[in-house]
Amino acid sequence: MGETQADQPTPENTSGGSGGGDADEPIPFMQQVLDNPFLLLFLGITVPTVFYVIWGVMEVVAIPVAS
Amino acid sequence: MSIFPPAQRIWWKEPIERSEILWVTIALVWCLVLFFMMPYWHLYGDQNLANEAYKIKPEVFAERTEAMAEKYTVREEGDTGIPVVHPPAGSDIYMLARLWEWWPVLELEKNQSYRLHLSSLDWQHGFSLLPENINIQVHPDYEMVITITPNKSGEFTVVCNEFCGIGHHTMTGKIHVVDK
Amino acid sequence: MSSSADFRICPDTGFKIHLPADKLIKWNAVTAVVFLLIGGLFGIGVAMTRWPAVHLLPADMFYMALTAHGFDVLLVWCIFFEIAILYFASSILLGCRLATPKLAWLGYWLMLIGAVITNIAVLRGDSSVMFTSYVPMMAAPDFYLGIILFAVGALVGCFVFFGTLVIAKREKTYEGSVPLVTFGATVAAIIAVFTIATGAVILIPTMLWSMGAIAHIDTVMYKVVWWAMGHSSQQINVAAHIAVWYALAAILFGAKPLSEKVSRTAFLLYILFLQLASAHHLLVEPGLSSEYKVFNTSYALYLAVLGSMIHGLTVPGAVEAAQRKKGYTKGMFEWLRKAPWGNPAFSGFALSIVLFGFLGGISGVMMGTEQLNIIIHNTIYVPGHFHATVVTGTTLAFMALAYWLVPVLWQKELVLPGLAKWQPYLFGIGMGLAATFMMGAGTLGVPRRHWDINFADAAIGYDFSGAAHLMMGLNGVAALMGGIGGAIFILNMVGTILWGKPKTKAAEAEPAPVAPVGGAATVSSYGNAGTLAVPGTFTLAMVFLVAFILYFFVNWKYLAGVWPIS
Repeated sequence: MGETQADQPTPENTSGGSGGGDADEPIPFMQQVLDNPFLLLFLGITVPTVFYVIWGVMEVVAIPVAS
Repeated sequence: MSIFPPAQRIWWKEPIERSEILWVTIALVWCLVLFFMMPYWHLYGDQNLANEAYKIKPEVFAERTEAMAEKYTVREEGDTGIPVVHPPAGSDIYMLARLWEWWPVLELEKNQSYRLHLSSLDWQHGFSLLPENINIQVHPDYEMVITITPNKSGEFTVVCNEFCGIGHHTMTGKIHVVDK
Repeated sequence: MSSSADFRICPDTGFKIHLPADKLIKWNAVTAVVFLLIGGLFGIGVAMTRWPAVHLLPADMFYMALTAHGFDVLLVWCIFFEIAILYFASSILLGCRLATPKLAWLGYWLMLIGAVITNIAVLRGDSSVMFTSYVPMMAAPDFYLGIILFAVGALVGCFVFFGTLVIAKREKTYEGSVPLVTFGATVAAIIAVFTIATGAVILIPTMLWSMGAIAHIDTVMYKVVWWAMGHSSQQINVAAHIAVWYALAAILFGAKPLSEKVSRTAFLLYILFLQLASAHHLLVEPGLSSEYKVFNTSYALYLAVLGSMIHGLTVPGAVEAAQRKKGYTKGMFEWLRKAPWGNPAFSGFALSIVLFGFLGGISGVMMGTEQLNIIIHNTIYVPGHFHATVVTGTTLAFMALAYWLVPVLWQKELVLPGLAKWQPYLFGIGMGLAATFMMGAGTLGVPRRHWDINFADAAIGYDFSGAAHLMMGLNGVAALMGGIGGAIFILNMVGTILWGKPKTKAAEAEPAPVAPVGGAATVSSYGNAGTLAVPGTFTLAMVFLVAFILYFFVNWKYLAGVWPIS
């Protein structure tokens, strides 16, 4: 099922990309953002709440009364 | 594979294959075309909703509709004797929705414009003008005003296409368009 | 920390499976299929009634069946299956224990009890308000209560999912970023939280209004908030079925994503913008500005559509790349011709992509255009569109996954493998045709949610054209075809679980295969610099684009011919 059979995953091996000198390279900002499910949850709730729900409700509330 | 974590620790810096970049660029351009068609049509197209709407009590809307009908009824139609109303070109005209009919029948003149007010006296209804296939949602407590300019003469039927209970499929109305 | 005694090793894949997660996945998936059956039966009743020559159900039963059909398939079938997917994508793919299984069971029972309560309310006859339950049309309080309980249960399931992600990270059961499939499932869960929160915000007051405790609910406000739940619930489906597509590409072909960066960014566009498009249900309502409509209905400059178009290339592209690596390099499409079309997991997967894109995606973007919606709103075009998306897209993808997952999870052989080979075609083509005929009828003005287009009981009649009647008849036939396809699937699933022959014991299970962890050296072999170009997929994508462009503009032409409105 897998491609190459590496060793069993061991919890002690925490450094992620082992091998090569890039084990110390900092993770790019966007990758960190995408790796953070709770930040994404916050964005995924806030953006539509503001632009779709709140903006929409504000417009409905502001409908003028017929003269 | 997608069911395993990415092989590289830092995948954000992977180079992207050319055809993928090309597709993303083409798709983005198409997305912008899709978007700008809407404001474009507002400027150059003939079918737009002005989004003119007001809060209005059903009794008030009914009064205004009946007032128009009283002034401009020209005859009655059908088994139910529904009034056919021929308002002056350019005027404010009314059609109300109620369980289960559109009232009254309107008679309009081809190539003339009218400010059509739509509202419901009870539940939500769907104003579907056939065979034009113009569809507007009609709410109680709110009226929508749209300026319409019938560009063909003939008989047009209003079918309710918002489910409104057991009589929903019997809810119809009519607009006649006559040559001036 | 759970002991290793709580896990079993999958004989086929070697994945570690947490036993409580195993049970929860199975129960959620099976319950999902039960509601697919119930909802599907109601759907057949609806289609047979809308077929004018058959006109099966009387009016009150039709509207009742339509309400039940919408709720049972659009909400209950999809979300139960998605909860199973969430637990699979977290606990199994990350190799960790599921967070708080007891809570997950609470979620399950809330969902089941809620679904039953609402079904009973509808079948009682006093809550035929359609799945949308637009005020001031009122259902009985338990109609709303059931949906609220169902939603709370699903929310609990989402929390269990997020908790499991935390556990996997803390217990370091995987390295680096989560798999792309898990990321897609995360997107689905995020949208689900928004869906459920907005659902609660609108349905709790509506239930109280139905009980007499609140005097009035504003009708336009109701629609704004309801559709935050209503359409977003379908966006959960989109994110989930795309995650399923990536999973199937990996499972069936060993396919790797063409680019983790591109696919994940496409998912990010979903997170930010997919839910805005609920506004496409409000394009012909009184009181909302064009600015609001244009910004929201377009998913913010169509950026979420960009996300979809990206997945539309990267999913088949990954398959093509994997196939080409295996040696299928003759011409542009050998990789596709030699794909396992007899394997229902593949054929369901492939049909789902094509039908969702061409039938569902294109029609959806067209309909959601501010002005084009005028010639579409509340016609039967709308259900045509969403049968293409939710049925030939989501449901068919879920079926494809089930063909692989059920035998593996239960360790049983499919009872009807011969029928299984044909089922995705029967179901996909049948429902695809049904969707197409509904869209055709809608273009001719046929209304949705309507018992009698002959207007037999109306004071004023209307004659729909022969073509419109033909479309509705053909829709009926196609729906029967799809219904038989659905029934075969359900039969196969139930039969396999209950009576399937145990799978012959595989060779001693190897430890869970781990993705190769590499450093700089792997850039050239994993990422895109070394990935083969995907000319076949690119060509298909261009065909899709041309179809999109043509269909989009033809509808502007239709619009331009109707009465000027301003």
